[in-house]
Amino acid sequence: MRVPAIEIQGVRKAFRRREREAGAPWWRRGWKDKVALHELDLVVEQGGVTGILGPNGSGKSTLIRILGTLLTPDAGAARVFGWDVLTEALEVRRHVNRVSVEAAFFKELSPWENMVYAARLYGGAGNGTRRRVVEILIQLGLARDVIDQPMKQLSRGQQQKVAIARSFLTAPSLLLMDEPTTGLDPRSKKEVQSVLETLRAERHITVLLCTHDMDEAAALCERVLMMDGGHVLADGSPAELCRAHGGATLEDVFMRLTGKTLETEEEPVEVST
Amino acid sequence: MTVDLRRSDLSALLGFAERQLYVYKRYWVWEVVWLFYSIVSVLSIGFLASGLDTIGAGGAGFDLHRAQLYLLIGALLWGYLSLVFMEAAYAIAWERWEGTIEYTFMAPVRRVTHLMGICLFAIGYGLARTFIVLLAAIAIFDIDFSHANIAGALFVLLASIAPLIGLAILTSVLPLLSPQKGEQMSFAVQGFMLLVSGVYYPLTVLPAPLQVAGAISPLTYALAGMRSSLLEGAGVGEQLPTAGLLLAMGIVLVPAGIAVFGWAERRAKRLGLLKRSG
Repeated sequence: MRVPAIEIQGVRKAFRRREREAGAPWWRRGWKDKVALHELDLVVEQGGVTGILGPNGSGKSTLIRILGTLLTPDAGAARVFGWDVLTEALEVRRHVNRVSVEAAFFKELSPWENMVYAARLYGGAGNGTRRRVVEILIQLGLARDVIDQPMKQLSRGQQQKVAIARSFLTAPSLLLMDEPTTGLDPRSKKEVQSVLETLRAERHITVLLCTHDMDEAAALCERVLMMDGGHVLADGSPAELCRAHGGATLEDVFMRLTGKTLETEEEPVEVST
Repeated sequence: MTVDLRRSDLSALLGFAERQLYVYKRYWVWEVVWLFYSIVSVLSIGFLASGLDTIGAGGAGFDLHRAQLYLLIGALLWGYLSLVFMEAAYAIAWERWEGTIEYTFMAPVRRVTHLMGICLFAIGYGLARTFIVLLAAIAIFDIDFSHANIAGALFVLLASIAPLIGLAILTSVLPLLSPQKGEQMSFAVQGFMLLVSGVYYPLTVLPAPLQVAGAISPLTYALAGMRSSLLEGAGVGEQLPTAGLLLAMGIVLVPAGIAVFGWAERRAKRLGLLKRSG
């Protein structure tokens, strides 16, 4: 039996922030907990694209960060391919990569310089690295001359493609995609989605895709979890969810479950120190 | 397995150094500006010694060359140390500003490798830049190295790398503890070390509590050792106790720095402070 790609048991996460009661003097502020994830249980088998749908503040990014060893859960356990994210973080990191809503690059450096940095961190840089980088970028539809331009001169769509290319370079077994198409123009969005379809078809990789784009989730994901307020409200294939909740689209299902659309509150704000 | 680990550690060390080189290449105008600033700062300190004599503050037995070299050693070494501290502090603050901190912290790199990569590059770069500033100072001032023992001075400089790495790691913790104020706090720590480590004056001129702080600063011994080699000609053999003390401080400070950084990283992950908007 294969080890699940993701196994989460009773994971809970809250962020503390200082707040002032209405009418209280400016210096009197108390600590308050904002719960981002309530006792979450989840198993994702290896392979395929699993979507997490939810508005801002639903706990999607918190979940991604816990799996990426960037946040510590307050309670419960999370394992990636059997490795615990807390006690075996280095093993988890060897098998995971992340593409986030903001392409995390050194903006003054070129795609090549950013990618060779990534390759060195993941121990994969060598004589053929530049050839591999060029191959991957061309495969993703980027022009060859883009490789040596500063990242800040690239469009957001191009930057996201470079982010995906960078993740290919490190050959992760689990790819965490945190709203990779948010804020992109329609053409760039289509291009990135097309890359994801290729990824699903050609590579044996498990993808966890966080999005609040219902159409994107319906088109790309075999399985969808709907989240709101740190809870999982529904879990199944897009067709199963529509059938079970009597909606024509995932948007209908989400509205029936929550009574609201996906344009809602902000992500929890972490503590300021 | 061990060989693989060493290879991946070396690859990551090279990755951090190479990344910094790329960054400096892109920001080369800034580097030229900083170099100019370093040169004029050191020259100002050299002229301060000349000024002391001119305004009559030097006294009858005033030795201009000795005073100039004394102050220049302090200025050069402080320029080098402050650059290393700044680079280490920026390792976190600057990555948060760029938005790459989570990517770097998600990479399968041991934190000790990450921190060593940043510190070793900063030390190498700091030494190279200080050498250029030294050449400028030699060109301007009539510096007398006839009594100097260069091998002894280099020996102390080499021994000071260990505690310097420890202090640099401890400095880099501050922006991890506080995303908004950490960078400024690292400047405050630097300022305090400048005050108590005998950079421009002997510790004996300080009030007693500050002398105690100076006595536990490794920079005090690095500066005293360098001065005794460059001014009095102390050789490698005579510098053995100083080098031993510096290494002993390094043996304490490096693991302590890594342990404190580990604690700060766990805290940042618990509170969600790694994120750029933290």
